[in-house]
Amino acid sequence: MAAITLNVNGKKRKLDIDPEMPLLWALRDSVGLTGTKYGCGIGQCGACTVLVEGEPMRSCALPVSVFDGKKIVTIEGLSESGDHPVQQAWQEVDVPQCGYCQAGQIMTTVALLDKNPSPSDADIDVALAGNICRCGTYNRIRKAVHIAAQKAR
Amino acid sequence: MNNPEFSISRRSFIKVTAAAGGGLLLGFSSANAAASISGLNEALSFNPFILISPDGSITIYSPNPEVGQGVKTAMPMIVAEELDADWSKVKVEQAPLDGKKYQRQVAGGSGSLKASWATLRQAGATVRMMMLAAAAQKWQVSVDSLRTENSQVLGNNQKASYAELASEAVKQAVPTKVILKKPSEFRLLGKSIANVDNKDIFTGKAIYGIDIKKPGMKYAVVARPPGFGQIPDKINDAAAKAIPGVFGVYPFDDKIAVVAVDTWTALKARKALDVSWIQKTPPENTAQHDKWLTDLLTQKPAKAFRADGDAETAFSQVDKIIEASFSCPFLPHNAMEPMNFFADVKEGSAELIGPSQTPQRSQTKVAEILGLPVEAVTVQMTRMGGGFGRRLSSDFAEEAAKISRLAKSPVKVQWTREDDMAGGVYRPACKYTYRAAIDKNGDFLGFHVRGAGLNVGNPTRENNFPAGAIQHLLIEGHNKESNVTTGPWRAPVHNFVAFAEQCFLDEVAFDLKKDPIDFRMNLLDKAASNPVGKLDYDVNRFKKTMQLVRTVSGWDKKKEGVFMGFSAYFSFSSYVAMVAEVVLENNKPVIRKVYCAADCGIIVNRSGAENQIVGGIIDGLGHAQFGNIDIKDGKSQQSNFDTYRMIKINESFPVEVHFVENEIDPTGLGEPALPPAAAAVANAFFAATGNRIYNQPFTEAKKNLG
Repeated sequence: MAAITLNVNGKKRKLDIDPEMPLLWALRDSVGLTGTKYGCGIGQCGACTVLVEGEPMRSCALPVSVFDGKKIVTIEGLSESGDHPVQQAWQEVDVPQCGYCQAGQIMTTVALLDKNPSPSDADIDVALAGNICRCGTYNRIRKAVHIAAQKAR
Repeated sequence: MNNPEFSISRRSFIKVTAAAGGGLLLGFSSANAAASISGLNEALSFNPFILISPDGSITIYSPNPEVGQGVKTAMPMIVAEELDADWSKVKVEQAPLDGKKYQRQVAGGSGSLKASWATLRQAGATVRMMMLAAAAQKWQVSVDSLRTENSQVLGNNQKASYAELASEAVKQAVPTKVILKKPSEFRLLGKSIANVDNKDIFTGKAIYGIDIKKPGMKYAVVARPPGFGQIPDKINDAAAKAIPGVFGVYPFDDKIAVVAVDTWTALKARKALDVSWIQKTPPENTAQHDKWLTDLLTQKPAKAFRADGDAETAFSQVDKIIEASFSCPFLPHNAMEPMNFFADVKEGSAELIGPSQTPQRSQTKVAEILGLPVEAVTVQMTRMGGGFGRRLSSDFAEEAAKISRLAKSPVKVQWTREDDMAGGVYRPACKYTYRAAIDKNGDFLGFHVRGAGLNVGNPTRENNFPAGAIQHLLIEGHNKESNVTTGPWRAPVHNFVAFAEQCFLDEVAFDLKKDPIDFRMNLLDKAASNPVGKLDYDVNRFKKTMQLVRTVSGWDKKKEGVFMGFSAYFSFSSYVAMVAEVVLENNKPVIRKVYCAADCGIIVNRSGAENQIVGGIIDGLGHAQFGNIDIKDGKSQQSNFDTYRMIKINESFPVEVHFVENEIDPTGLGEPALPPAAAAVANAFFAATGNRIYNQPFTEAKKNLG
């Protein structure tokens, strides 16, 4: 066990934790933030995407020790009242079916728009190709990314 | 303003009456409590679907499990429509599992709206009439002079909110005859209404089974047989138990549960288990499965599922026989939320919470296992991260109950993706031979389908079109037992039969030099004018759906460099027709767009309906193109998304959806758009390249196309 401090959504959380535990399980089981989802455990589906110092990262495959002191933003911390432009766009397009992968889709989109405020379809393909949705909501996701880009401008 | 305190535990009385026809339980209760803003003392339950709270809000309970098919929005919309409730202020809650109050609390067979349409309407309309009666009494006017709108009764220059009327309304006699709206009077149904859980989903607050956390809960994972037909032999759990945070290791059935302080510790301990597995039944492999099924396709007799006329004689007498064989592999469900369940088994009772498409089955099975009366087992439904048929089983709930009993603790059992993907319950692998007997006039005289599948039961859908239009028809099949476990997978059997059938009909039409749509339309006309045997489908609805997609896709206009393919399919009481457009890029066919027309009767939630159709088509094409499970030495060779290819956003394509607008009672859309999708694309690939695809996944065939 090791003393690790996570800075999640602006709050410092001191954890006495197995340093090898992936960030995903630390967030879900130890911090109690379950919005970040487990889908594959090997960084292949994107359901567990969080922002680390603004970069989208798969939280399922990297040990929590790597994130000591780093600024982490999860879906719960994206906005105070659920009105981030990406969240608004997702509502406008009514994207989800089961909704399980959407936290990862949204976090990946936030990171994309941060770097590229007017992404093309090709840019969206590159950024979101690692986020699997079995319900097949990709077309609505694409539409919502474009709308979010307009809203954020 | 008074604080709207109320107590639902202090019920002075409960009245239960059966409403005419619907069998609804109608009850209400009251208690002495502080006055509220609405004048209500406590929340009034008008029936199992409608609750009016002291703050004036209306809560509608959605009876069925939500798996992504959208019923948690659509079912309450139906109640709200007939109630004339102000949707913007309606709260929606998941109803409890209760077979006495609700019917068919199942997410399966695309059947929720179809089965509950009448009940939901009646639930809303009954309360609306009681509101009208209460207002008429209060204002001393006739009910006929009043109307309802946005959770209000209006008329005679007066108006009152449902909340204001609620305490008088519950005392009204339950109407013996409920007046339902005409579809033309619908204000809410047919509109695009956003998923009621969106906000929770977008902020990470939506609770799926995987997110359940209860006081004292421990975390369990399970070591499962790595291959089909295997059982544990020797188990050494010393290293696992030595890991701090591990509470116990419990062998049960053919598995070993590890219970720990959190998921990660449980996973680490599972890795530390030293288990030797032995083969109880011989290990199988894909090559062997292939041979079994290929041999069965030539084996007579098979079990006949439908026989019209005399197919054998017809085939022996015609000049031309067109024949094609098709094959599909095992497929995992790959719901994005891996299986999981919470169970807290105590002396004499058990509490279960989790994602289940059939919560009642989980309840019954768990009660059976624990030797408890069914009433002693509760199952709370959570939102599900997909199901696709996998969650129709109850194995994960049973497992959680067994582990909780062994560990004497509340536990949440978590499956890893590998457990889920490599563990079976697959879409059965199948092969089919389709044959058409063509007489010398070029008429489609005989139709013969022989299917063979592994643990599939009936591999056919014997009443599918063109049954009814063909004089001599034989639909037969073989079932072969395998130790690879199978189960229902989104649109069971239909999911591949539609591909084989719709590709084959395209091939026959091409051979007869007929337009693929005209060819089917003519057969449908035959079925209408001179039906052979039973007709499962409505000819006019089928034709209208085909005609609609023909029009919107511009089927009859030649588009330069664009190749089109058609398919049409009836399943789960809904009609779907598609035109796929394909272009050639570097001489390879690429999907450009899919047009879809659907007749699902009255459209309840347009946004939800469209989402199901587009998703079904993309999901269908993903699996048809890439999905595959290989079995080698009894083990699945695919166990996670690094080796199993799912369709991605960059492989998605535009889908344009059109509905046949009518006033027929609604049917479901969770499944019907998936089955015909792959055939429309394969037929377009043929139009583009002259090569047909007979097998799924397409990945192998596509290498040779163009």
